Amino acid sequence: MIALRGLAFLLLLQAAGEGLTRTLALPFPGPVVGLVLLLLALHWAWIREPVAAAAELLLAHLSLLFVPVGVGVITHLQLISEHGVKLLAAIVLSTWIGMAVAALVLRYLLRHDAHRSSDG
Amino acid sequence: MADFVDLWVYLSQTPLFGLTATLVTYVCAHGVYDRMNRAPWANPVLWSVVSIGCVLVATDIPYPTYFAGAQFVHVLLGPAVVALAWPLWLRRSEIRKRGLALMLGAIVGGLAAGGSAVLLAWAFDMPTEVLRSLAPKSVTAPVAMGIAERLGGVPALAAVFAVLTGMVGALSAKYLFNALRIDSWAVRGFAIGTASHGIGAARALEVHPDAGAYAGIALGLQVVLASVLMPLVFRWLS
Repeated sequence: MIALRGLAFLLLLQAAGEGLTRTLALPFPGPVVGLVLLLLALHWAWIREPVAAAAELLLAHLSLLFVPVGVGVITHLQLISEHGVKLLAAIVLSTWIGMAVAALVLRYLLRHDAHRSSDG
Repeated sequence: MADFVDLWVYLSQTPLFGLTATLVTYVCAHGVYDRMNRAPWANPVLWSVVSIGCVLVATDIPYPTYFAGAQFVHVLLGPAVVALAWPLWLRRSEIRKRGLALMLGAIVGGLAAGGSAVLLAWAFDMPTEVLRSLAPKSVTAPVAMGIAERLGGVPALAAVFAVLTGMVGALSAKYLFNALRIDSWAVRGFAIGTASHGIGAARALEVHPDAGAYAGIALGLQVVLASVLMPLVFRWLS
């Protein structure tokens, strides 16, 4: 029940986010505005316990939620086979470049606080 | 036999089919993933997509028929993005201290990911609409579609590229980070979230809670930065 209450909060905040992006014509998607609203709402203690229960459930199974969109790849098999190797090379290489650059830049910028956190 | 065919035809047309297929396949794929000690190549999203995709193609079931059931899983992506606030809130003081570094990392990393994709595609002589659909590929699929549309790309293509990008990240991040000797979970998580959004973040969440939280931050930053900056960059270029 507690997780359900949390899910209800999450859906309400997403709906509020969608409402805000539409009325104010913001360039962000509704769920991201919902995320920011939830960050503000978490200052109230009574909202934390249900949200934690729902968030832990949803985030533990986040991978599952991408399966339906992923299967959508089958609708574009023709394009993928047409540009096949080149397209995959562009996607794979740019993903590696993006990850490597982000990791190296952040490691450089955080080089001084490695000793005060335990995640090093 | 005819009864069986009738039953199959009936079941495959109801939303029950897409939902059941998604859950059952994912549960099986995740079982294998656990048994393989969560090796990146055993990624449950990849194998679920491949298995369901093969069944749909082999049995001629159109994607919309499948999606009629699978959408009940798909809609949960919205509240899941909202829920990313929770791991952020738990680490709020640490994140506030590192705010500037994270912002810079997100801008430079996002530019490197999107920019190199566009440059490579241009060097390979690919059509402009493919180029414009590739640019937002490091942003989570539903958002990538919206950005691609504003850039003059094809939203459906952008979703496909985003999904492929996510899988490449989830599959290869471990080896890339080990080769670069990146050993901080925070940095590893942040980089995977920057370049390969939600599918990468899902992998990070399974590997280490710090990696998961920083992947969540990175994903959120990419969504906001790309939504604002990409249309500006493209307008300036053309």
